[in-house]
Amino acid sequence: MAEEKTPNSRPIIDVRGVWKRFGSAEVLKGIDLQIKKSEVTCIIGPSGSGKSTLLRCIAFLEEYSEGEIYIEGELLGFSLENGGRRRVSDAEVDRVRRNVGFVFQQFNLWPHMSALENVAMPLKLSRGMAREEAARRARAMLEKVGLGHRAQAYPSQLSGGQQQRVGIARALAMEPHIMLFDEPTSALDPELVGEVLQVMRDLASEGMTMAVVTHEMGFAAQVADTVMFIDHGIIAASGSPNEVFRENANPRLRQFLQNYFERNVFWQGSEGAAAP
Amino acid sequence: MSFNLAILTDNWRELLDGMVLTVLIWVAGTVLGLAIGLMVAVVQLLTNRWIAAPLNVYVAVMRGTPFLIQLFIIYYGGPFFGLDLTPMVAGVAGLALYGGAYFSEIFRAGFVSVPPGQIEAARMMGISRLAIVRHVQLPQMLVIILPALANMTVLLSKETAVLSVITVNELTSVVQSIGSTTFAFAETLLFLALVYWAFLEIVTAAARRLEKRVGRFMLRTQN
Ligand SMILES: Nc1ncnc2c1ncn2[C@@H]1O[C@H](COP(=O)(O)OP(=O)(O)OP(=O)(O)O)[C@@H](O)[C@H]1O
Ligand SMILES: [Mg+2]
Repeated sequence: MAEEKTPNSRPIIDVRGVWKRFGSAEVLKGIDLQIKKSEVTCIIGPSGSGKSTLLRCIAFLEEYSEGEIYIEGELLGFSLENGGRRRVSDAEVDRVRRNVGFVFQQFNLWPHMSALENVAMPLKLSRGMAREEAARRARAMLEKVGLGHRAQAYPSQLSGGQQQRVGIARALAMEPHIMLFDEPTSALDPELVGEVLQVMRDLASEGMTMAVVTHEMGFAAQVADTVMFIDHGIIAASGSPNEVFRENANPRLRQFLQNYFERNVFWQGSEGAAAP
Repeated sequence: MSFNLAILTDNWRELLDGMVLTVLIWVAGTVLGLAIGLMVAVVQLLTNRWIAAPLNVYVAVMRGTPFLIQLFIIYYGGPFFGLDLTPMVAGVAGLALYGGAYFSEIFRAGFVSVPPGQIEAARMMGISRLAIVRHVQLPQMLVIILPALANMTVLLSKETAVLSVITVNELTSVVQSIGSTTFAFAETLLFLALVYWAFLEIVTAAARRLEKRVGRFMLRTQN
C-alpha cells in the first residue's frame, strides 16, 4: 500500500525517541513507533523488557522521561517551550488522551458497582451523559461483548473472562479511537482466554485501532498488521507477522520465540515446534 | 458515708443540662472534626507536597501534644492573636481541630486501601481526581474505616470532659461541683462513668448499623 500524505494517513499514535527511566534504571531506551488508523499492533517480548511501561507511557499513566508522544497530532502530557518541556494540567492530559481506551491485565473494575454501573459511571461523570442515556449505552456495550444478561452482576460474581469483557465494554463505551491492551488475557484461566480474544478479534475486524501487549502468539499472528518485538527497552524487530515470526533473524527474537514454542509444543503439536 | 442516689435526683436539672451540653459539644466537635479530617486527607492526597507540608505539621502537632494544652492555647492564648472566643466556641473548635487530625489519618489510610489500578482506570476514563475520591474511593473505604472512625468518636466523647478547664459547664464540671459541695463522689463519679459508657454503646451500635448498610455491596459480592 502506498503512503499518502493525507490527513487520514496521519498516525493516531506517534512515539518519537521516547526514553523512560525509573531512578537510574533505563526501561525504555529510545522508542520510535507509529500506529495508523485501523491498524492492529501487537507488542511481544520477554518479561521485564518494557512492554507495559511503553503502553503506560502512551496512555500517560507513566510520565515518559524524554522524547515525544503524539496522539492524533497532539503532544501528550507536556508543552514544549523554549527548548524545555513543561507538564500540563491533568485536565489537559485528559483532553489529549480522551480518545484512548485502556484495558488492564487485572481488569481494574470498581467492585462496589454492578457491571452496568461500571460502564455507565464514566459516561455520566466525564461525558456528562444523563442517567438513562448512560444506562442505555452501557447496556448496548455489555451486549456487544456478550454480557447483556449479566448487567446487574457485581465484578466478584463474574468469571475473570467476563470481568475482562466488562473492562473492554467500559473502555469502548467512551468511543475511543484507539484501544490499548496490556496483557488482557494473562490473568485468566486458560479456558477463559478464548472468549476475550474473540471480542478483540471482532473489534479488530470492525476496524478498531489497537495496540496489544500479549503473549498470545497465535492471536498476534492472525490479527496483527504489525508485530513489534521489544527487548531491553528497544524495539529489536518490527514488521508483519510473517516477517517477525518467520523471516527476522534477530537472535534474541529467535530465542524468545523458541522458548515460547517449546513451552507450548506439547499441545500445539509438531506444527508449532517447526515454526522457528 | 452511705451510697445515696438522692444526690443525683436532687440535682437532676444541673446534671441534665451538663449532659445536654456535653452531647452538643461532642456532636458538633465530631461533625466538624470529620469535615476537617476529610478535607485535610483529600488535600494531602490530591496536591503536591508543598501544600501538604503545613497540613502534615498540623496533624503532627495535634497528635503530639495533650488536648488540655491545645485548649489552653486556643482559649487563653487566642486573645494574643486577636482570637477572643467564648469558652464554648473555643472548646468546640479545639475538639474539632484535635479530632480532625486523627480523622485525617484514618481517611488517609482509607484512601490508600483502594488499589491504584482502580484509580488509573478511572483516570483513563477522564474522571477527575475529586470525582474519583467521591465515587470510587470513599464508597469502598468507608466500610473499612468505619470501626476506626467510631473508635475516635468515642474517644472524643471523653475528651469533652477536658473542656471543664476552660469553664465550660459540661457534664464532668457539673459532676465535680456537685461532688465537691456534697462530698458524694462515689455516686456522682459512678453516674459520670455510666453516661460515658452509654455514649460508647450508642456509637458502637450506630456504627454496626451503618456498617451493615454501607457494607451491603460487600455482602452482595460474596455469593
Ligand atoms: N514503577 C516502577 N518503578 C521502578 N521500576 C519499574 C516500575 N515499573 C516497571 N519497572 C521496571 O521496568 C522494567 C520493565 O517493566 P515492564 O512492566 O514494562 O515489563 P514488561 O515487559 O511489561 O514485563 P511483563 O511481561 O512481565 O509484564 C522492569 O524491570 C520493572 O522492574
Ligand atoms: Mg507487563
